[in-house]
Parts: sequence; structure tokens; C-alpha cells
Amino acid sequence: MSLVLTPDIRSSRIAAVNPVAKLAAALLISLTLVLTIDWVSAGVALALEAVLLPFAGVSARQFWLRTAPVWIAAAAAAVATALYGADSGAVLWGLGPVTVTEGSLALAGAIALRVLAIGIPGVILFATSDPTDLADGLAQLVHLPARFVLGALAALRLVGLFIDDWRALGRARRARGIGDGGGPIGAIGRLGSRSFALLVLSLRRGSKLATAMEAKGFGGPAPRTWARKSRFTRRDITMIALGAAIAAFATTAAVLAGSWSFVVS
Amino acid sequence: MTSQRTAGGARVLARGWGWRHAGRSRWAVRDVDLQIEPGERVLLLGASGAGKSTLMQAIAGVLGGDEEGDAAGTLTIDGLRPADAREHVALVLQDPDSQVVMARLGDDVAFGCENAGVPAEEIWPRVEGALRDVGLDLPLSSSTSALSGGQKQRLALAGAIAMRPRLLLLDEPTANLDPAGVEEVRDAVQRLCRGSEATVVIVEHRVAVWSSLVDRVIVLDEAGGVLADGRPDDVLDGQRAALDAAGIWVRGAASDRVRGQAGAGDSLLTAESLSVGRTPFGVRTVQLAACGIDFAAQRGRTMVVTGPNGAGKSTLALTAAGLLRPIDGRLAATDAFRRGLAPEPARWRSRQLVTRIGTVFQDPEHQFVRSTVRDELAVGPRAAGVDRRSADARVEELLVRLRLGRLAAANPFTLSGGEKRRLSVATAIATRPDLLVLDEPTFGQDARTWRELAALLAELLDDGHAVMAVTHDDAFVRALADDVLELGTTTEPLQSERVEARQ
Repeated sequence: MSLVLTPDIRSSRIAAVNPVAKLAAALLISLTLVLTIDWVSAGVALALEAVLLPFAGVSARQFWLRTAPVWIAAAAAAVATALYGADSGAVLWGLGPVTVTEGSLALAGAIALRVLAIGIPGVILFATSDPTDLADGLAQLVHLPARFVLGALAALRLVGLFIDDWRALGRARRARGIGDGGGPIGAIGRLGSRSFALLVLSLRRGSKLATAMEAKGFGGPAPRTWARKSRFTRRDITMIALGAAIAAFATTAAVLAGSWSFVVS
Repeated sequence: MTSQRTAGGARVLARGWGWRHAGRSRWAVRDVDLQIEPGERVLLLGASGAGKSTLMQAIAGVLGGDEEGDAAGTLTIDGLRPADAREHVALVLQDPDSQVVMARLGDDVAFGCENAGVPAEEIWPRVEGALRDVGLDLPLSSSTSALSGGQKQRLALAGAIAMRPRLLLLDEPTANLDPAGVEEVRDAVQRLCRGSEATVVIVEHRVAVWSSLVDRVIVLDEAGGVLADGRPDDVLDGQRAALDAAGIWVRGAASDRVRGQAGAGDSLLTAESLSVGRTPFGVRTVQLAACGIDFAAQRGRTMVVTGPNGAGKSTLALTAAGLLRPIDGRLAATDAFRRGLAPEPARWRSRQLVTRIGTVFQDPEHQFVRSTVRDELAVGPRAAGVDRRSADARVEELLVRLRLGRLAAANPFTLSGGEKRRLSVATAIATRPDLLVLDEPTFGQDARTWRELAALLAELLDDGHAVMAVTHDDAFVRALADDVLELGTTTEPLQSERVEARQ
């Protein structure tokens, strides 16, 4: 539970920034980097992000734990690109239709850096933001519909309960005599039926929560007010400016190095 | 919209009102005629399935539109349709977990005010006032997930009163709480009733808790309409037999012992300085729930596990049932019980476990795995390797014994609370386990189901089964307990106690 909704957010320069500003900064970097595939832009962006990382106040253990999926994705994308990506230059290794060339290897490096440069800011955004503050910001500053934002926020609270439900279902199945046995096929079958049971439980929880929210006047005709005011301060503007600067540096460096290559051309 | 303090309570008027859920042939409620005056404090009673909750949701305006079901007659709040009067009505539901909307205490109380359009600067004084009224003296930034059941219900109540409703609806607000939690919520409601002119309607099984607080009792008839309506004493005395039959806990209907004191039986499972705990998700260390536990579960005897919320009772039950590994100490099955298996129940295979230990979970819905009652009952015997014909015979026997025959083809999830409880017990005893472990078997049950359950357990004990039950229910302890294991009387707050996992 605590992992999902009230993560241990250590106070830091970045944690104090409005989550919407962090989201904007991360989006600026991501949208720039998806325009091109090259080493230089992604490498520069990643290096600049690394400079900002200490201000996030995320401990080393937390950093590696939370970014682990990004590193795995980067490695997987790199291997796939090296093996199957567009070939050019000298052939380094080949097996049937699978060839690794200088060109595909360069592409693989560019893809891996890109995944990291896009993924890590996103992870840091969520590691340093309270979901409630993000929802407040999205609804009040970006003017996304309150129904959607608060619905998602309330649903997020149920995610913590999923984990408890999942475990309880496992214990219940063991107690009922169908918790093990049957080899790998049995295991797959059990996984399926347990997942379905979790889905049923979640739907029931969701509809109860929806009733409770409706009973508190959620989705009613009256215009909603906000008890917590989400504000933009100088700090937040600085954050967005930093995001824009990283994007600009990365683009400039790539263009100067002559490596900028539009994905769509 | 404005946020002026609306004085006084709301009037509820129902004329021939009824509701049928979409896709059902039976009316959940019908022919209800009643008039609740502003400021009245009403206790609404009725058997399980008489439609009390449906009526409450209808009054709260959250029953949904035409696609959710058919309505008959009229129902108005101060002359308005319930859906249009929603800003004047607040509803507190039974399940503490599914009513918390926000992650922080203060935000959750403020949620209703925000929805009603109360100006931001007025919300926080209201939030603080409401939390004070319900006696929740915690920082506004506290995490709502760390609250106990009683605290969560008081939080829900605070959220409701912060909206300054003219009609407050409480739908079994204490059904899922331990005695301390029940008292907390009852006292909070009592304070509110003194300080407010709002109309209050309460649905509850346990009359004794609420009867001193209300000035009118309305009993819904299972067959439709209103069975009785009047001053609490008149209704409760005049309708005692009818209320009793409907499963309502009338004052003075305290339960007595259902079974003589048992003699010493053969030991099945023994614990010596046992420590139990669980590993929360995303944490590397086991959190100790209780330690230094000694007990012996014996044939023909009931051991009840009692103690306050958070004392580790459920964790102990799951450990004894072989579903969690002990953290430390010894938990061992005797030779006659393990019949050739390892002494630790946690190491038994699932199908070996079912013929030795049957477990009844606190929430019956967690343990249902099939789509009909009949299939549900056959799961255990089939897993234990019983041939089809014997399994079928066992299922028939259980259907009759637990009055589930009429429901054999029904989906377990569609049963009423009492029926679900009977089914969960039936599934646990289907494989004739030597030891039956039950976690809060009487939680939220009406008096009728309670009596059936006590009688069934007495029968099982006479047949030589051993019973271990976690319970807060004093009546259950009086009726059945032979041994009492009290947890948590000496342990410190649990969150601070952490021990390294011992694999």
C-alpha cells in the first residue's frame, strides 16, 4: 500500500517542485528525443539528467530498484535492434537471417540510451511526487476533467489492496486443496483462475468505492472546489526551463555533430 | 452553489415504493410506505435480504438509473427526487476499506465538501471540526491506509458530517468492527446526534448498541412492506418473536452455552513459543505479529483466540492452518494428525492439507473458486482424491445439512451474507478435516445464522473434530470456548517490532 500511494518521498529540491512542472519537463525531453535516433542527442540528455539526479534526493537503493525496469527494457531493446535492426556497414556476426553489423550496433546503442534518457526522468517524477499532488495539479492547472483525474487517483488506492487480495487468494486456494500439483500445466491453470478471481474481487471493490464516492457527491452537478490549491511558483518554472534546456542542448549537440536523423523522413 | 448551513433535518417520504434490480424477478424491496420527520433518529431493522441496504441507497440517491433496475411508487427527500437531494444526504457504508477515497486523512474528509462546492477556505475548519466530533485526533497528513477498522469508519463518518447533511444514513456502520471499534463509532454518532438537528437513519442487526440512541424503530418485512413502526420499546417488546425469527439481535436474547464443558481430548497440533508474522509487499523483513505463543489444539475442544485489533490473531490462525510459515518457535502436528507427513503443516501439500485442516476465512468471497454452490462443495473432496460418486454423496449431504439445497445451482457470489458464511463452512468441512480453523466466523452475521453456526460447530466437536476460532464475539466465546488464548496483552505497538526473516 505505502509503496503505491504514499511513497517515502524525501524532501529535496526536485520533490518540492509541482508534479505538473516535472511532468512538463519530462515530456519536453521525451518528445524531443523521440524525433531522432542517434547517439549524441540521447547521450547528452542522459548526461545532463545525471547532473540533476542528486537534487532528486532518491537513495541509491531506491534509484536502482525503481529504474530496474528501464535498464532491462534498454538492454532488451538494444539486443533486439543489434540482431534485427537495419543493417549497414561491415558484418560483424551472422547466423542465417540474423546479422549484426556496425550500423545495427550503432542503432542499438542509440536506442538503449534513448530508452534510459526518456525512462529515467519519468521514474524520478513518480519517485519524488505524491500522486495526490499530481492529481491536484492535473485537474487545477492543466484542467483535465476532475472526474477522470480523481477517479484514477481513487483507483490507484485499490492497487495496494490488489497485492493483499492476490496473496489471500493464494492462501485460500491452498486451503481448498487446489494450491499446488499438476506440474507446469497445473501452475498455468492456477495462475489463470487466480487472476480471474482477482479481477472479480477488484470489480466488486471498485463498484463499492464508486458508490461511496457517489454518496459523497462525486460527479454531482455542483461545480467542484479544491481544498488543496495547486500553484505554480518560480521553482516550477525553473524546472520546466531546465527540461527545455536539456532538450535544446541535446538537439543542438546532435545537429552540430551531424548525427541528427529524423525518425520520420 | 452556496454553502450556508442548512438548518434542520430532511423529511423522507415513501409511498408504495419498491425496487427490483435489473435482471432479477424478485423485488428487493416493495410496498414501502413510511414518513420520517425532520430530526427523527430512526433504527431501520429487517431480516437479511429484506432490502434495508437497497432502501438506504435509494434514499441516498445512489441506486442508479433505469438501467440498474425498476422502481415502483415514489420516494422523496423534502419533496425532491433523491438524486436531486444528494447534496443534503450523507451515507456511511458497512465496509471500512472501500469507503476511503484519498490517501491522506484530511483530504479524505475534505473530499465530500469539495464535491459539494464548499469554498476552499471554509473546508479546512469544517474538516478539523468533523474530525474532532468523531474523536479522530490525528494529523491531517496521516495515511488513511494505516487506520484501524474503527478509525476508518469514524473517518467515513467525519467525511459525512463535514458535508453538513440534513439527512445522515448509516448502513451497518459497525458490522465489521471489533467491540472497541463498535463503541468508538456508536459514541461518535451519539455526540453528533446531540449536536445536530439532522435526520438520522441507522441500519443495524445489533439492536442493543443503538436502541438508546434512537426515538423510532421501523422493521421492514421480508415479504414486502413495513412489519412494525413505532417507539423503540413498543416495537422491540411487541415484535420480539418476529424480530427473533428475522435474525435481529433483540435486547436480552443473549446466547448461552450450546455445549457442555469438554474433557481433555487427543492433541492434534501443538505450539511452543511460536512467533508468527507476515512480510508486507516491498519490504525485506518479516513483520512480527505475535510471539511467545503456546497452545495445544485438541479433539472435541474449541480454542478461541481473542485480543484487540492488530494483535496478530488472523496471522496466528493462518499459520496454524498451514498457510503461513512460522517465524520462530515450534508448531508441530502430532503423529496421529500428520499421518506420515512432516510435522510442520506449512510443508504439507495443498491436497494433503485439506483432509487435515479446514480453514474458514474472514471474508468468504476470498475462498470461492467455482461458479455454482454444488461445484464449490465438490472441490475439496475431489482434490483429496475421493472418487466422483463418494464426492457427490458428500456434497448432497452437506447441501441438506447446511440448508443450501435450494441454492445448489446458484453462483456463490450472489448468495446473501449468511448463506455465504454457511457455504464457506460447508466447503471447509467437506473433506472431514480433523482441525477446523475459523477467522471471525460470526462477523456481521445476523442472529439466525449465528445460532446455526454455533449448533453446527457443537455437532462437529461432538464428532471429535478440533476447532480453533479467532473471534471478538463474546457470545461465541460463552457458547463454545473450552480454551481461551488471549493475544496482544503484553506486546508493544507492532509497527515498531521488526525481525529479520528466517528462511
